Amino acid sequence: MTRRKRPPSLTLPHKDGRTRGSRPLCLIAAFALFSFVPRAGAQLVPYTIVGDAIPASLTGSKGDPVRGRAIVANRNVGLCLLCHSGPFPEDRFQGNIAPDLSGAGARWSEGQLRLRIVDASKLNPNTIMPPFYRVGGLTRVATTYRDKPVLTAAQVEDVVAYLMTLK
Amino acid sequence: MQTAILDCIAGCMTLCLIGTALGAAEIPLDQRRSDSEYMSADTRAMQSDDTANPGMLAALDGETLWNEKSGATNKSCADCHGDAKTGMKGVAARYPAFFPGQNRPVDLEQRINISRVADQKAAALPAESKDLLALAVYIGLQSRGMPIAVEETAQSKPFIEAGRTIFERRQGQLNLSCAQCHDDNWGKRLGGSLVPQAQPTGYPIYRLEWQKVGSLQRRLRDCMGAMRAEPYAYDTPQLVDLEFFLMWRARGMPMETPAVRP
Repeated sequence: MTRRKRPPSLTLPHKDGRTRGSRPLCLIAAFALFSFVPRAGAQLVPYTIVGDAIPASLTGSKGDPVRGRAIVANRNVGLCLLCHSGPFPEDRFQGNIAPDLSGAGARWSEGQLRLRIVDASKLNPNTIMPPFYRVGGLTRVATTYRDKPVLTAAQVEDVVAYLMTLK
Repeated sequence: MQTAILDCIAGCMTLCLIGTALGAAEIPLDQRRSDSEYMSADTRAMQSDDTANPGMLAALDGETLWNEKSGATNKSCADCHGDAKTGMKGVAARYPAFFPGQNRPVDLEQRINISRVADQKAAALPAESKDLLALAVYIGLQSRGMPIAVEETAQSKPFIEAGRTIFERRQGQLNLSCAQCHDDNWGKRLGGSLVPQAQPTGYPIYRLEWQKVGSLQRRLRDCMGAMRAEPYAYDTPQLVDLEFFLMWRARGMPMETPAVRP
């Protein structure tokens, strides 16, 4: 399985002269990074895939299942119920393109759910499931959404926390 | 040794995944369904009753425009083409079509404007304007019930293929392709709506969501917006190629212009 490395941070030369000797090289290096690192890649929290999971929380803490449920149910934020159905008696219009979310927390571990939300294409390149925490390798993203993931790291954690309650 | 075996298994699994991907393909011709089959009975009734179909008002406007003199030549469409009911029969079913003058395909609305500029010496009607849509509806109505007859020729094939590439390519923040919904998941439910096959049999359509008549280009731009993709501008070659592919994909299906859609 692929492991994501933490993207290299951009280090500018110090003013105190410690790196003066290598300044031209540093500038070239900085230029190269600007050219090849996706512009907003640095905005995303780096994560590590282990097997078919991202075991560690993106934020370092547990999400809030109550907020997570609200995100899942919101058609403009989580978008989940467009394709999935689930235990949402208040919503009559749920999709059936993707599996029912009921029992998701029993079928998958927290880390497995996290990777499937972050970027399910890491597991199945042909999946219809959108990547919810990715900004690179996308085509013709509308200006409003450019360089922004569908969900923030905190929102991903909230959704993971909610799905884990669906046993 | 164990690693080699694991690698081999992983390789086989990858091949299986690729096989699955290639398996998802075009809808067989005999399984194609008009998008009207995915509508409520009420909406279907609205389409099939000319006195209830709001698109017929655009057709009436179009008929007036057809007979109205326009441009420096002070000619009407009818002055050259005669009665649209005979002269335009089956024409809309053949569009988009390869137009030698531009060495690429044009859609019906663009073809109307070519005639306006070249023959009537009039200004082109703006994309999605009421008058252009009215003329397209009126001309489209003359093909109602006739099979879509978009042709794949040596000249047109590259453009149909370009349209297919766009149809199958993932785009937007949601990283979806048109094909993932409309080839692979038609008939299933997206939220409250059945996913149609996206067969453009009835354009320009009266769309209830718009509360007006609109073109296939408008509908495609809406879809791209829903995928959170940057829509192609009106009349860009990519949008026309996509229209061309979709009409070719619906070849043989009966025209429904003006269709009513939710």
